[in-house]
Amino acid sequence: MEKIKDLILRTVPEAVFEEKKQLTVSVEPNKLHLLAETLYGNAELPFDYLVMMVGMDWGDTLGVIYLLSSSKDVSKEVVLKTATADRVNPLLYSVTDIWETAHLNEREVYGLLGIRFINNPDMRRFFLNSDWKGFPLRKDYDPDSALNPVSVESKEIVDVAPRIMETPQGLKEEKVNIFEEDDYIINIGPQHPSMHGVMHFRTALDGEIVKKIDIHSGYIHRGIEKLSESLAYPQILHFTDRLDYLSANINRHALCMCVEKAAEIEISERAQYIRVITDELNRIQSHLLAWAAMCNDLGSTTAFIYGFREREMILDIFEKTSGGRLIINYNVVGGVMFDIYDNFQKDVKAFIPVMREALKEYHRLFSGNVIALGRMRKIGMMSKEDAITYGVSGASGRASGWSCDIRKHVPYSIYDKVDFKEIIRDECDSYARYMVRLDEIEESLKIIEQLIDNIPAGEHLVKTKPIIKLPEGSYFQRVETGRGDFGVFIESRGDKTPYRIKFRSPSMVLVSAMPLICKGEKLADLIGIGGSMDYVIPDIDR
Amino acid sequence: MLLEISHPAELYHLTNWLDTILQENLPEWGALLVKFVLIGVALLSAYAVIALLLIYGERKITAFFQCRYGPNRVGKWGIIQSVADMIKILIKEIIYIDNVDKFLFYAAPFFVIVASMLTFGAIPFGRGLQAVDFDNGIFYVLAVSSISIIGVLLAGWASNNKYSMIGAMRSGAQFVSYELSAALALMTVVVLSGTMNLSTIVAQQEYVYNWNIVRGHIPAIIAFVLYLISGHAETNRGPFDLPEAESELTAGYHTEYSGLQFGFFYLAEYLNMFIIASIATTVFLGGWQPIQIGVEGFDQIMNYIPSFVWFFGKAFFLVFLSLWVRWTFPRLRIDQLLNLEWKYMLPINMVNLVVMVIVVVYGFYIK
Repeated sequence: MEKIKDLILRTVPEAVFEEKKQLTVSVEPNKLHLLAETLYGNAELPFDYLVMMVGMDWGDTLGVIYLLSSSKDVSKEVVLKTATADRVNPLLYSVTDIWETAHLNEREVYGLLGIRFINNPDMRRFFLNSDWKGFPLRKDYDPDSALNPVSVESKEIVDVAPRIMETPQGLKEEKVNIFEEDDYIINIGPQHPSMHGVMHFRTALDGEIVKKIDIHSGYIHRGIEKLSESLAYPQILHFTDRLDYLSANINRHALCMCVEKAAEIEISERAQYIRVITDELNRIQSHLLAWAAMCNDLGSTTAFIYGFREREMILDIFEKTSGGRLIINYNVVGGVMFDIYDNFQKDVKAFIPVMREALKEYHRLFSGNVIALGRMRKIGMMSKEDAITYGVSGASGRASGWSCDIRKHVPYSIYDKVDFKEIIRDECDSYARYMVRLDEIEESLKIIEQLIDNIPAGEHLVKTKPIIKLPEGSYFQRVETGRGDFGVFIESRGDKTPYRIKFRSPSMVLVSAMPLICKGEKLADLIGIGGSMDYVIPDIDR
Repeated sequence: MLLEISHPAELYHLTNWLDTILQENLPEWGALLVKFVLIGVALLSAYAVIALLLIYGERKITAFFQCRYGPNRVGKWGIIQSVADMIKILIKEIIYIDNVDKFLFYAAPFFVIVASMLTFGAIPFGRGLQAVDFDNGIFYVLAVSSISIIGVLLAGWASNNKYSMIGAMRSGAQFVSYELSAALALMTVVVLSGTMNLSTIVAQQEYVYNWNIVRGHIPAIIAFVLYLISGHAETNRGPFDLPEAESELTAGYHTEYSGLQFGFFYLAEYLNMFIIASIATTVFLGGWQPIQIGVEGFDQIMNYIPSFVWFFGKAFFLVFLSLWVRWTFPRLRIDQLLNLEWKYMLPINMVNLVVMVIVVVYGFYIK
């Protein structure tokens, strides 16, 4: 990392470094793009993966934190910070031309913090309506509901995007049309049987062929990040389950680890084992649902029910363990809420062979089916480069040949002690994404097999202080959920509540890649590709 | 006389008896009028009852395919479930939609249901149980069944809904394509049997080795399979259910319909499935003829089972095949669907027709 530090100093001599575990560097807004480009183009270790962008209100300044990582080694992290003191009309330079994933992130930052990005081709607010008054994540936001009353009027969707472009004559504000004049546009979503939630794709069609997709999101935006700023850490925990509800336990694990790391709470070996086992069970049920839903999207209802049949067994185990089935509220700061029940091991061990048999059945029923192959092979091609620039991690990224499993590269909890294979395929199509998930189920079973008989004795929950205060600083934790790289960022000012909390949503990047990989495909395949990407909408609409 | 006793439970005893009574007691026109009314009522009730049976059967069979129980609350094994559903759909409110082409919108379901009823009338259900028996029966069946596509196109067009429109366009492309295959497959058999009259076709197939599928051996079997595939596609059921692909187009051409109008589409879909199976049964599998192999004792026993039971048995077996396919395969995409028809099925069909002509001309069929 010393080399990187040198590189940064050579590019921007006035950059300010912070004493942290991660390489953290603050630069002026006008130097950020240059630095980003240099880091991106660094041949030895290109920082071509923008993990997340955190819009920040530091009080007197507004700014953005960029967390960069490398596709070659996702454990390497660099944090860039930039800020502007102009609170009335804050402007920063866009990095959309470097990382595609920045596009939606910048729109989100604009919606929630009011920072506009120069050269971003489409500067509409994400999540919020264009007429929303105020910027919720600013510290001086007025939450008075009279300002933004709930309207029962139907609103026309305006397909016009404002933007600020840099021209030789200076900055120019302009408006562009998203669609062409005579495009045949259909709304897929927000209420649509196979949108996996309330996602809204405005889709321009040329006959049956998808010409362009415009993403609208925010129909179930709950402002979790804003709500969390006034809640204590144990209270925030339950929000994580409600992000990506299919990876509820894994999300929660991330926040627990982040808080434990910051508060220096050592958790017991037994709790670690239980956490990883339940995480893997959670991953299996998530992949099962993804498989089932994808088959249903492709018109195979029977496969849908088959997937749910095996998933039910996991949910039963969860129910016996914690009382919850989907959202199990199991991880808490310091360990897990309850100890495992007496027959937990027996039940899990009974499940493993059933799941293995079921996987064979799935392959017989669907994987080899000639119609299914016709609907998946060479459909929705996403090259490795696209996957990286859009930040598409997880099973979908690995199906494009990108080795990005956080469990493998940045091992957390006890993942460094277990032996499993990272499934990587290089077909880059829907079929690869489909197969990666099914193969990962097998790997998860292997992990569970290694752990289930060796759960050490000890306490499942260490005593923590009744009020957890995190020391001042920023903390970051990434985990691998069913959808990919999920991250928790906490900036603390030493209080029992976070100053700013941000969740990196793996589903948002999956959706942001949809317009690219669906372009030129048939309408029917848009749904199939959506199924193969496996996004969960509440994860996006935090 | 032996033959008389061997058909104790046939319905034609009843119809003949009625006919005699009417002829004796009424003038000719009166007898005809009463008969017309009776036949109409009988067909309509049969139409509804068969639809109910099919819906119940499909739900139950699908449930078993999918490791579920299916309806099991209303009545023993849920047998009254579809009756309850029918009552529900009859009393449901029809939601009148503002921005539609009113006349076409409300006319569309009738095209669909009338087309399927017209076809339904021409099916020989059993010995002496056929309402409409034209000399060009197959031609008639093909002609009236293709009226239903007008209803689908009108529904899609008049709904003023983009999903419906795409669904209707898909349906149009699909129906026109697969109608060709279905018709050619039936023509292959017409070449073999030398007639288009459905009752004659059935009468020809008295013994199992006379069934067209056996008599015409290879080309007939190919035609049978092609007919089943294209018939399945014509009924818009999975894997060919693109016009109403619920994961893409919510409900396709009938998205905007509610209450009984939706019920008409729904009913017609189920009945079309049955009609396709019935035509396949009639043309290929000996219609209502029992399994008779030319051994007297065996034939006698088979004859005790009434002909309409044979007919429904065979037809429901084919419906079961159709369900099996539907609940196993994922959905095709529109271009794959059209490829399948125009690049594979149609050429095969044409060659098959020529092969059948050769078989018939040189007398290679089983006599």
